[in-house]
Amino acid sequence: MITPRIGVFVCNCGTNIGGTVDVPQVVEYAKNLPYVAHAESNLYTCSEEGISSIKHGIKEYDLNRVVVASCTPRTHQPLFRNACADAGLNPYLFEFVNIREHCSWIHRQNPGEATEKAKELVKMGVAKARWLDAQEEFKSEVYPTAMIIGGGVAGMSAALNLANQGFEVHLVEKEPELGGRLLKLNRIFPINQDPSELVGNIVKSVEGHSKIRLHMPAVVKSASGYIGNFDISVDEGGKEVSFKVGVIIVATGAQVLKPELYRYGELANVLTQLDLEQRLKDGELEEFKNVVMINCVGARIPERPYCSRVCCMTAIKNAALMKEINPQAKVYVLYRDLMTYGVEFEEYYREVKEAGVRFIRYTPSNLPQVMGAERVESVRIYDELMDMELELPCDLLVLATPLIANDDNEELSKMLKVPIGDGGFFLEAHIKLRPVEFPMDGIYVSGSCRWPADIRESIAQGYAAASEAVIPLRQGLVKVEAITATVDPKICKGCGTCVLVCPFDAIELKESEIRGLEGKIVSEVNTALCKGCGLCAAACPNGAIQQRGFTDTQLISMVNALSGKR
Amino acid sequence: MKLQDTKEVQTEFKPKILAFCCNWCAYAGADLAGVSRFQMPTDVRVIRVMCSGRVPPELIIRALANGLDGVMILGCHPGECHYSEGNYLTRRRSHVLKRLLMYIGIEPERFQLRWVSAAEAAKFTAVVKEITDKITALGPNRWVDKR
Repeated sequence: MITPRIGVFVCNCGTNIGGTVDVPQVVEYAKNLPYVAHAESNLYTCSEEGISSIKHGIKEYDLNRVVVASCTPRTHQPLFRNACADAGLNPYLFEFVNIREHCSWIHRQNPGEATEKAKELVKMGVAKARWLDAQEEFKSEVYPTAMIIGGGVAGMSAALNLANQGFEVHLVEKEPELGGRLLKLNRIFPINQDPSELVGNIVKSVEGHSKIRLHMPAVVKSASGYIGNFDISVDEGGKEVSFKVGVIIVATGAQVLKPELYRYGELANVLTQLDLEQRLKDGELEEFKNVVMINCVGARIPERPYCSRVCCMTAIKNAALMKEINPQAKVYVLYRDLMTYGVEFEEYYREVKEAGVRFIRYTPSNLPQVMGAERVESVRIYDELMDMELELPCDLLVLATPLIANDDNEELSKMLKVPIGDGGFFLEAHIKLRPVEFPMDGIYVSGSCRWPADIRESIAQGYAAASEAVIPLRQGLVKVEAITATVDPKICKGCGTCVLVCPFDAIELKESEIRGLEGKIVSEVNTALCKGCGLCAAACPNGAIQQRGFTDTQLISMVNALSGKR
Repeated sequence: MKLQDTKEVQTEFKPKILAFCCNWCAYAGADLAGVSRFQMPTDVRVIRVMCSGRVPPELIIRALANGLDGVMILGCHPGECHYSEGNYLTRRRSHVLKRLLMYIGIEPERFQLRWVSAAEAAKFTAVVKEITDKITALGPNRWVDKR
């Protein structure tokens, strides 16, 4: 065995790590670890500069192992492995140490102990790196079909995009009709268009598309497998339908909060913005003279701290519409802050103000008060700018409530093994760098199930998810990480324990054909079926099976490093 | 022996705890705890494995025999294993392992098994706190001394 020459690259991640962990101290510590030939710190090891310093380090110091101590292998391992490969080092001679998610971020009040922990984690990584071996990856085929969960505007956009590129799509919608939330809207901002034209066109193209198979009303019952090869079962109107797909896009949308505030549900003339849209759409809105709208109802409060983003524009749009229906009406919008962030939104807001809609700011410490016994008669509000209490006449009170996560997100999250985060919304693999991908390969996310999004954003995200999903579909092959099991036929006694524990039937007992062992009954791993769980390696009583990248020697060396044994 | 005891009363005991985390659930849950900036004790070190079922009991015994104060395995909830049944093997082994630890004279509480999903950052944090407290209350692992 060639003497290991390990290079250690410790990332500051700006101040994310360096602000808590004493990175220079960790580098000095690493330099004195066994087989470490070089150690340095980087401002961002994942930046172009950091990557080139890895490549440079490999050549300059003749490194044959690389350890990066930075964030999580779940997002950045491929990047660093590629850097090694570019410099001519087998990418499996790379080891990741997580000192951000597992250290600096969770021990911010304790920089001293965080630094000690980071040192130990690096020590463990270096100990494992010493025993790494070069590996070749196995390639597996991708079933050229996609499943999209959710037939709203995001899901339909993704479906059309993939279908137009020639791939079969299974579109699963739980309602009996395509269109999602868009079906319930009266007009869309900032163009005041009737959404039924828009959604009608999209629905027609989806329904008429030869490549799109609709499952409706249907819910996904089970999903198993991995990128390129998912087995799906859906309950379609009580009937179970099973199919195979290579990729999955989650576009299940969100729901509108029904508030328990401002006497909603108690007084007949208190509506949410969505109720108002429904009444306008059905032509059932009673005559009104004075409209008050309150924004941020149930949003940006301690139990729901986020801004739902789309409700300000909804309120502005409907306020304008009220003015249009009854130009004599007085229309007030009570807001905390106004979110008019999109293209042309600010312009639209100004036009609405010019049309006579009044905007009055309130603060959470001085909430508007609803007055009236049977119906809302007026709303009291303290106007900050005028420093006085106002009593606004009101015969229609409209509450802008946030979009909240769907109730079934948690179930779906468990089924697909994808994370959900704050407020029950789905969480992408990386908040900045991988906006429509889940950490699970081959599963993508788009639309309001991730975070409240308007129509334009939902469509864009649907396209984005489709364009990510099409990569494995188009390539037709995915590389399987070289973490599969291997058997040493000389040690194997042919007991078959591994055959029993393997969940994938990837191991068989066979007569060996290896010279010198002819006729001996030994286990043989079918790499195409092996998923790299390592169950067989743990179960083998003789230590004949090893999982590549997680060998007994590698794991023991980490345990020994932590406990101070060599 | 007595001298050593008094010394340890004076300096606060910081346990050294090892956690084997499944790549698909607990490791991701730990990542999410980091992303969420949940603060927790500094005593736990994580080793990533692809499945909780990859961890052989020998490795846990070795860690404890080496003098680590606690070892935990964090895997997927029953029924949610990425490899369909790895965590069931872990669960079965853990029962036998606890009895074996008792037999060889290591407090079985030094080994802990918990289920933490990829979404359960708060649970990961709670588990780290709970087990750090448990192991701290047990005191230093003296098995090496006894031998």
